[in-house]
Order: sequence, then C-alpha cells, then structure tokens
Amino acid sequence: MNFFLLSIIKAAVVAFVLLTTLAYLQWAERKLLAHIQLRVGPRRVGPHGLLQPLADVIKLITKEDMIPSHVNKFFYLLAPFIAVAFALLPISVIPFGTEVDVGGVRTWMQLTDLNIGVLFILAVSSMGVYGVALAGWSSNNKYSLLGGLRSSAQMISYELPMALAIASPLLLVNTLSLRAIVQNQAGWYFGIIPRWSIFQGPWPQIFAFIIFLIAAFAETNRVPFDLPEAENELVAGFHTEYGSMKFAAFFMAEYANMVTVACLATLLFLGGWQPLWSPEYGSNYFPAAAFTVTGLAALYAGLKPARRLDKYTLPAAAVVSFILAGLFFAPALNAILLPLFWFAAKVGAILFLYIWIRGTLPRFRYDQLMHFAWVFMFPVAMVNLLITSLLVAIASK
Amino acid sequence: MDLIIFLICSVIAVACGINLVLQKHPISAALSLVGVMGSLAVLYLLLGGAFIAAAQIIVYAGAVMVLFIFVIMLLNAGAEPAGRKRSYARLFGPPLLAIFVLLIAYAIQARLPRSEGVQFGRFTGGSPEGIGIKVFTDYLLPFEVVSVLILIAILGAIVLAHKEIR
Repeated sequence: MNFFLLSIIKAAVVAFVLLTTLAYLQWAERKLLAHIQLRVGPRRVGPHGLLQPLADVIKLITKEDMIPSHVNKFFYLLAPFIAVAFALLPISVIPFGTEVDVGGVRTWMQLTDLNIGVLFILAVSSMGVYGVALAGWSSNNKYSLLGGLRSSAQMISYELPMALAIASPLLLVNTLSLRAIVQNQAGWYFGIIPRWSIFQGPWPQIFAFIIFLIAAFAETNRVPFDLPEAENELVAGFHTEYGSMKFAAFFMAEYANMVTVACLATLLFLGGWQPLWSPEYGSNYFPAAAFTVTGLAALYAGLKPARRLDKYTLPAAAVVSFILAGLFFAPALNAILLPLFWFAAKVGAILFLYIWIRGTLPRFRYDQLMHFAWVFMFPVAMVNLLITSLLVAIASK
Repeated sequence: MDLIIFLICSVIAVACGINLVLQKHPISAALSLVGVMGSLAVLYLLLGGAFIAAAQIIVYAGAVMVLFIFVIMLLNAGAEPAGRKRSYARLFGPPLLAIFVLLIAYAIQARLPRSEGVQFGRFTGGSPEGIGIKVFTDYLLPFEVVSVLILIAILGAIVLAHKEIR
C-alpha cells in the first residue's frame, strides 16, 4: 500500500485511541480516587458515569472563551498550544507491538521508528516546560507566576536523574531505537524470568526503574510532586487564569504526559510488548483466560446486585468481557491483540500506580522536593549508571 | 523535499534571529532564540546529524533557554524602554550593516577552498555510535579538556554563589 496512505491511517488510529484513552484515563482516575476515599465517584452520566468524559468535553467546549484583560495576550494564547502539542508528539515514536499483517499489508504497530527515539522523547518532553512557564508568566498573576517558576525549576532538576536513569538500561540494550530496545528484551532466563531490563544481567535495572518512576512523577507534576498547582497554596498554579478549552488543553497535556511516561517506562524497563512468561507455559492463553474470569466475576456479582442498576450493568460488562475473550481465539486477530494486550497491561499497571499514589501520599514541601532531587536521586542515579557501565564493560570482555 | 524543508527552516531561523534583536521584551527575545535553535536542529537533521539535532534541542532549547526564561521570570524584567536614536544612526545604520554582512560573506566565499555544494543525505556519520566512537578515539584529548573546563566553570560558579560565613 502507498506509504503516505498507510501513515495517515495509522496516525488517525493512534490519535483516536490516544485521545479516547486520555478522556477515559481521567474517568478512571476519578473513579479510583473516589473508591480509595470511600466515595462512588461520577455515576450520573451514563452507566457508572461512563459518559462523563463526553459530558466534560461538551461542557468545556461550550463555555465562554474568556481572556482576562491583564494578560499578555500572545503568550497567554500560545502557552496551551505549546503544552498540548509537545505532550502529544512523543506517541509518534512509541511502538505498541510487533510487525503485523492486516489484510495483506505488513506493517509495524508504530508510527515511525527513529534511530534516536529515546533522545527524541527526551527532547520533546524537555520542550514541554515552555507551555507551563509561559502560561505562568503571561497570566500576570502572582499565583500563576509562582506555579510557573516552581514547575520550571522542578522539571529542570528532575530531568537530570531521569536522564541518568534512562541511560543505564540503554547500556544493556546498546541502542537508542525504541523498537530495537524492546526486541533486545525478548526471551527468558530458565524459561520463567523475562529478560526485561529490570531483570536483565549483568546488573538488573531495578534501581534505575524506581528512580525513573519517581522522576517521572515530578516531571508530570503529579502528586506527591504537584507543587506547581498546589491548590491550597496557589489557587490552581500556572493555569489559574485559564478557562474553557484552554484549560482543557493543559489538562489533556498533563494526562498525555502521564501516558508517554508510562509507555517509556514499559518500553525501557518492562520489555514493551513481551509477555510476562514464555508461551511454552501458555502465556498466549492468559489474556483470554483473564477476560473470561473477569466476565464470570461480573456475572456472579450481577446475580446478587448490591445496587438497583447492577442487575443490568454487570451482566452487560460480563458480555463485553466474553466478547473480548472470544476475540483472542480468532487466529487473524490473535497476532495483533496479544502484543497490544501485554503492552496495554503494563502501561495500565503504571497508570494505576500513578492514581493509587495520588490517593495515598501527601504533597512534598518545596525545599524537601529540591533536596530530594539533588541530594538523593541524582547521586543514586549516578552510582547506578557507574555500576552498570562497569559491569557491562566486564561482561562484554 | 529536502530543499523545501531547508528553505523553510533557514527562513525561520533568520527571521527568528532578526526578531531576537528587534524585540523589546526579554521573554519575546528569549523565545525567538528558541525558534532559532529549533530550526537549526532541523537543519542538522537534514544534514544527517541526528544526534547533534537531538542534543541541540535537549541542551540548548530544553535546558539553557529554560534557565534563561526562568531567570527573566524571576527578575520580572519588563520591556526595555526605546532608547533615543540619533537620526544619522537611523539613516546610515541599515545600509552599513548590509555592506558589512556582504563583505563578510564575500571574504568567507573568497578564502575558503572551492568545493562542491552540500548534498542532503550524503553524510552518514552523525549517528550516536559514530559520534561516540569519534569522541573516544580521534577527539579524546579535546573531549577531556572540555570536561575539565566545565568542572572549573562549576567550581567558579560555586565560589561566586557561596555566601561567606563569618
């Protein structure tokens, strides 16, 4: 098929899936947080609030687009564009799965494979600071300015340990292309322990993984590092003066950054689309089994409804689960769905961790944040990098 | 295709460069500089220097300029008041600048040895591996000297920033 046509179709599919994921990630976050805090969360719009993201989008689009009179208009309007553009860009180099055959066309489940893929993501995410910094400055508001300043200082500080943490697994796999990084993590030790970077010899990258995750929380301005938008100190931080779609753009950028970071952690440390254990021991049947068990559990819960509507919603969820399980038995779809399932499962687990931590941990104080980055994270990442390079050099002899 | 992208990016780079000088507000000027660096990175990519392009964005646009903007925001620097311009400066300045630029262009053109024009995609040594091998074989001494230089700069910054405790 024509290269341009194929690229456009793939880009459209990826963009649609990414934007839907962002919308429902927000729904999932609200639901999970609510359950952590013993509330029920959104449940008015659609069954279990499933149409809530749609309602939010309609609300934000139809709101009046106000521009406060005291702002620097050009930069005020530019900032959300910068934030959202640089947040959505990295998805273009992330591989979701292996090479697949769709109706006779062989293609990779990835938009494009750069030989400097990791550097590209680092470069694009380092440009994302401008959106936040400019928004804070152009709003001409002291809370916004403080939020913008905090955010730029925090992102510069935590970029160092993050880059060092990324460098150590790169020494093991010896490439910068994200596709080759995942291919290098294929296989198992003794048939059970996967050769992912966090388990791979000569020096398993478990410390680098933890440092990367912590730095990623700070880079995406999430709890416990959400000082740029600390509600009880700064109203809403850098986006205090923003409303309607401009506010939605910042919101979307935050969630897109979360997804990017989760994808990067999956690719670099958790073996991308490689399954958890070898297909010899039946990992290919795991997705279908998982969906079947979910469906049976939903059906069982639906028989004893705790709430009035559970009689209808839980069996419907069970049917959806059974259909998903059935899809894995179709030979044509199996090859596409299996890598996607493992990739999505790992990314989903990291995103769940994000939300879980938001519901659990309080916020850092600002001096603690900086102290933690420079006095603890940076030296640990450095030592880890040194040990990794030493052991890799010895092992390659 | 390469030529079109080259023309677009070089025009953007030059326009941002001129804008950098003309802007009165420090933030606008700093952002123009980011524009220059971004379009330069694309030019490096066109020439086959993928690693240099990424480093350009990460180091210059992503770290150095963010620090610049951080400091400008911290000091809350406002727009520069327009200085009084002499009428003869207005009259003779632009033509003299144009002559100066042309002279330099001519001097460079005349002194450099004749060579064939640059062709996009011919240079292939710009990958991270290529750069790494070059840095640790042919250019090991300059590389180490630069690292010592940076260490001295860091020490100097610490000495300057350190408050004396009496």
